[in-house]
Amino acid sequence: MEWLYGFTLFALLLSLFKSREKTYRSLRVALEKLLAILPSFTLMLIVVSLSLYLISDEIVVRYLGGDRILQSGLLGSLLGSITIMPGFVAFPLSALLVEKGVSYTAIAAFTTTLMLVGLMTLPVEAEYFGWKLSLTRNLVSFFICLSIALIMGFFYGELVL
Amino acid sequence: MKTKKRVYYTLIGLYGVFLVYSWQFDFTLGKIIGRNFFDFLFSMITILPVSFILIGLFEVWINRETVEKHFGHASGYRGYLWAIILSGTTVGGAYVAFPVGHALYQKGARLSIVLTYIGSAALTRIPMTIFEATFLGPKFALLRLGVSLPLVVLAAMVLGRLFDHKKS
Repeated sequence: MEWLYGFTLFALLLSLFKSREKTYRSLRVALEKLLAILPSFTLMLIVVSLSLYLISDEIVVRYLGGDRILQSGLLGSLLGSITIMPGFVAFPLSALLVEKGVSYTAIAAFTTTLMLVGLMTLPVEAEYFGWKLSLTRNLVSFFICLSIALIMGFFYGELVL
Repeated sequence: MKTKKRVYYTLIGLYGVFLVYSWQFDFTLGKIIGRNFFDFLFSMITILPVSFILIGLFEVWINRETVEKHFGHASGYRGYLWAIILSGTTVGGAYVAFPVGHALYQKGARLSIVLTYIGSAALTRIPMTIFEATFLGPKFALLRLGVSLPLVVLAAMVLGRLFDHKKS
C-alpha cells in the first residue's frame, strides 16, 4: 500500500520535472475519469453496505458447512458471487470456516468467486466494458471458479470419482 | 445515458435520506448499514484517487505504440506474461482493475490481454496469494494459484476472440 503512494508521488514528481503542462493535463484526466465513474461506484457501495448486513459471518458458516460437498461448494460460489469482501477479511474468515469443518471445496468456491465474479461490481464493470461482455465474463468466471473448486476438492480427497 | 444517471442519483439520494433518518431516530439496522458504507468508502478513498492519478499519467505520457507493442496484437504470448506481472502490482480489488484495464484497451491493448490482466488481478496476485497462504496454508494457496492461472488465461483468450472488434 505504502509503495503505491510512494510510486505515485515519484511518478508525479518526475512528470512535473519533465513537463508542467503534461502533469496538469494528467491530473485533469484523472479527475474527469474519477468523477465519471463516481455515481456507479457510490451505487455499488450502497449495495455492498446492504449486503454486508444481510450476509453475516454466521450465515456464511451455516450455508457452507455440512457433509454434502458438492452442494456446499455450489452455495459457496453463489455466496461469493453476490458478496464483496476485501481479501484481508475473506481469508481470516475462511481460516475460521476451515476450523468449523467447512470443506476446502466450499472455501475455494467461496474465495475464488469472491475475487473473480462480482454481481455488485457489474454496473461499474459495464460502464467500462459494456453489459454484454461484462455479463459474459462474469458467467464464464463463475464456471472457472466452480472448476477450481472441484479440482481442489479432488486434491484434498473431499471429492472422489 | 442521461436517464440512467438520473436513476443513479435518485437512488443515492434516497439512500442518503435513509441514513440521515436512521441516525436521527436511532434506527439500529440503518446505522449498521451506514457504518458498512463508510467503512468500505474509507478503504476505497485510500486507493481510488491514487489509482486514477496513475491512470491519468499513463494516458498522457505513454504513447500508443508502446502499449500496442507490448499488449497489442503483435505482442504474442509475451503480452499475457506482462499482463500477469502487471496485475501483481494492482492494489485493491477488481474495481481498480476495471479502469486500468480500460485505459490499456483504449491505448491499443488486445482485449484478451486486458481480460487476462483483470482475471489475474482478481485471482493470481502474488501479495494476495501470500496472504491466503498465511491463513489457509501454502498447499491450498499454491494449488489454487496453479489451477487458476491457466483457466484465467484460457477464458481470456476465448472471450477476447469473441468480443475484440479491433482485429488487425
